[in-house]
Amino acid sequence: MNAEALAFYALAAMVLVGGFLVVQSRNLVHAAISLVPTLLGVAGLYVLLNAEFVTAIQILIYVGAITVLILFVILLTEGATGLRVRQRNEQVPLALLVCGTLVVLFLVVLLRVPWGPPTGPMPAYNPGAVGRSFLIPYVLAFEVTSLVILASLVGAIVVARREG
Amino acid sequence: MAQLAWLVPLFPLASYAVLAFRGRALGERAPYVAIGAMALSALLGWGAFLEQVAGAPPYVWRAVWAVGGERTLTVGYTVDPLSSITVAMITLVGGLIFVYSVGYMRGDPYYARFFAFLSLFCAGMLTMVLANSFLLMLIGWEIIGLCSYLLIGFYFRRRSANMAQMKAFLTTRVGDTLMLVGIMALFWQFGTVDYHAIFEAVREGGESASAVVRLGGWEVPLATLSALLVFGGPVGKSGQFPLHVWLPDAMEGPTPVSALIHAATMVAAGVYLVGRAYPLFFYTPHHEALAVVAWVGTLTALLAALMALAQDDIKRVLAYSTISQLGFMMAGLGVLGYAAGLFHLLTHAFFKALLFLAAGSVIHAVRTNNIKEMGGLRRFLPVTFWTFLAGFLALAGVFPFAGFWSKDEILLEAYHHAPAVYALLSATAFLTALYMSRLVAYTFFGTYRGPAHPEPDPWTPEDYARAGLHPPHHGHGTPHESPRVMTGPLVALAVGSLVVGFVGIPGTGPEGGSWIHHFLKFEGFKEAGIHAPSFSWPLALRSLGVALAGIAVAWLVYGLRAVPSERIRAWVGPVYPFLRNRMYIDALYGWVFVRGGLLLAAGLRWFDVHVVDGLVNLVGGVTVVTSRLHRLFDTYVVDGLVNLVGWVTRGLGLLLRPLQTGRAYNYILVAAAGLGLIVLVSLWRL
Amino acid sequence: MIGPAHYLGVSALLFGLGLYGVLTRRNAVAILMGIELMLNAANINFVAFTKFVDPTFVRGHVAALIIITLAACEAVVGLALVINAYRHLETVNVDQVNLMKG
Repeated sequence: MNAEALAFYALAAMVLVGGFLVVQSRNLVHAAISLVPTLLGVAGLYVLLNAEFVTAIQILIYVGAITVLILFVILLTEGATGLRVRQRNEQVPLALLVCGTLVVLFLVVLLRVPWGPPTGPMPAYNPGAVGRSFLIPYVLAFEVTSLVILASLVGAIVVARREG
Repeated sequence: MAQLAWLVPLFPLASYAVLAFRGRALGERAPYVAIGAMALSALLGWGAFLEQVAGAPPYVWRAVWAVGGERTLTVGYTVDPLSSITVAMITLVGGLIFVYSVGYMRGDPYYARFFAFLSLFCAGMLTMVLANSFLLMLIGWEIIGLCSYLLIGFYFRRRSANMAQMKAFLTTRVGDTLMLVGIMALFWQFGTVDYHAIFEAVREGGESASAVVRLGGWEVPLATLSALLVFGGPVGKSGQFPLHVWLPDAMEGPTPVSALIHAATMVAAGVYLVGRAYPLFFYTPHHEALAVVAWVGTLTALLAALMALAQDDIKRVLAYSTISQLGFMMAGLGVLGYAAGLFHLLTHAFFKALLFLAAGSVIHAVRTNNIKEMGGLRRFLPVTFWTFLAGFLALAGVFPFAGFWSKDEILLEAYHHAPAVYALLSATAFLTALYMSRLVAYTFFGTYRGPAHPEPDPWTPEDYARAGLHPPHHGHGTPHESPRVMTGPLVALAVGSLVVGFVGIPGTGPEGGSWIHHFLKFEGFKEAGIHAPSFSWPLALRSLGVALAGIAVAWLVYGLRAVPSERIRAWVGPVYPFLRNRMYIDALYGWVFVRGGLLLAAGLRWFDVHVVDGLVNLVGGVTVVTSRLHRLFDTYVVDGLVNLVGWVTRGLGLLLRPLQTGRAYNYILVAAAGLGLIVLVSLWRL
Repeated sequence: MIGPAHYLGVSALLFGLGLYGVLTRRNAVAILMGIELMLNAANINFVAFTKFVDPTFVRGHVAALIIITLAACEAVVGLALVINAYRHLETVNVDQVNLMKG
């Protein structure tokens, strides 16, 4: 086992264990906190995938902003007090079945696919490549996404505002 | 004259038409129309008759009425010795009876109706006599049958009259039907209804005449069969046994009706027909049809005479006497006494009409028909008595009255051709004298007894009121003689009863026989080598003796009361009620045919009500049941199906409703599961 | 060697976990967290594809970035809704929100 493999398995474990904790923790705060290693693990995987820019953004946005946001909302909605409250609903067995089936199916599929070599070389400088992509081929997506941000900002403020 | 003979029936027919429409308005003058018509017919008829007497050839006129292939229906009339002498008799005797009726029926509310029917009758009778085709004869025959019915029931408010008219019509109908079948058989066989054509064909024999019919197990010659079928009509109309039962009851009609129709003319129609259609009977194998005629006649004569002996009603005695004398005539014809039988027909018309009219005069005077309630009337009704006596002597066959000559002729023929018939007819002659003498004794001799209850009036006060008349008052005094309008015809007929017989005196004819024998000839006799027997004095004396013996016995029993009639009645025991009740033949017919018919009718009615109506109701019931079933079907099956659709839909809806839990996570689960399914399936395919 | 299958396998499992969380959790925020996991799994796929299948224009990275952005927006709006719902319905347990039942 080389370094890459080791790193990979470690990060994969971080992701999956963290994910497990997210969906299984009784305590919501624990669940929210568990998001951090999960997302960080994902970021690490990005590094291994030579996606430095995405890693950065992942950490900035996901781990930084979204996790905090979730924590805030948990605290605002008193979900932290619900230790005695049941957290799982009645669908557990069925959900297990369905998810299990789906995962198995995905694995079957991806294992059957004959992965060939990549079509070209990875660009050396990541951010530059991303930037160029955003501004030339996918400029429309870029602009629309910014609009979406605007809309959601406004919407969130409107929705979450206190009445009166 | 003969060419105008077709008018003879038309005068009375016109009289009928006038009286039918204007009779009521004419009132008392109505009879003159009828008498006038009869006078005209008499004039023409006697003219034609005298022509025939003078030797004129027979006059024939015919026309074809309808043609069907080779068959024809003809009508026409013939003026020959037979038809002309009969017409002469009918118009004369009929005319006298009309005159008599003027007096007899005076005061009756339906005076005009009486003469109207009498006129129609004469029209029919004259048509029948003059006809030379079976078709036209049948028309006349039916008319006289109808008029008989109408006139018997003239006093229509009397139930007994209604019963009598129905009995007469139905009984004669039996005979008429047989006759109709016979005529149809002749038509079928010969393709014509013309007398001449048929008689010629029968005489010649040949294949059509010698055809044979299979009946049951027997083979009957068609000629004989048709003759006997045709004879059925005369059996009914002329009151021969066994269809004689209607004649005594026909006495319900007014006396002039009895005289004209049931003595002189209509009942004679049967005899006339046998005489007219003599070839039909003569040309059968061994003259077997004539044998039947003879025996039917003889039997009738004897039985009727026996029954006459036990009757107490003056008209009933005369009715049975008529039946008996008609039997004599038939017997005469049957034993090859063609002229003898027809001669007796003519003489009988005179003295029988006379007897009936005189009886009517008696009834008019004493208001009863029962001879036991009469007696000694010769003092009160002298003219009636002497004329009745003349008729009586003629009927009994006493020299020199008419009946002696005609009856003796028949006995002569019987003696020569059928001795058994002669014996029976002689016995009948004895009985005839006996019962007539009894009648005379009870009615005119002895002391007057008077009716216990006078006959009730046949009409209601309303009938009189409607005619503008008053109901008659009858005093209960001594009987008195009838008016001249009634006694006049009596005298005339009495003279006739004496004189008419003279044409039968031997030696009056050219070949030594009597004139009547010469006048009424049957050609077939000469061909067959049959000669009329010559007059025999011993035989004549014997028949005279028989008649006188009868009178003597009656005088002893009823006149002098040497042997009381009650003792005789007790001595004969059950015979007397047997005869008095008409040998129970009427009762038998009543039980078998009348009750049988009514039972059948009741049975058919039961069938109609229960079976036929039952079926109809069943159909209705089935329809109702079917419609109920259908309704059930509609409610449960059809509506059920409709409801089922709705129910299923609702059921499905209710089943699927829980899917809408309102919980998003449920929906996502389902979506995820679906996704999994799709992937699974597509993987499977690959 | 660590090939695409490894990364995709991880992402598949992560996706399964996230879906399980979405389907199973009662708290709305917990469900949102599950959604985030699923999105991240997708992102891993995209980025892995860029490296192992088609690095041209780093399309996968572009997609991942857009997804991250959108996830953020969506989390914002969603959480705002949760807050609002909490104010009105006094609960954040989704199985108690069934006004659309029927």
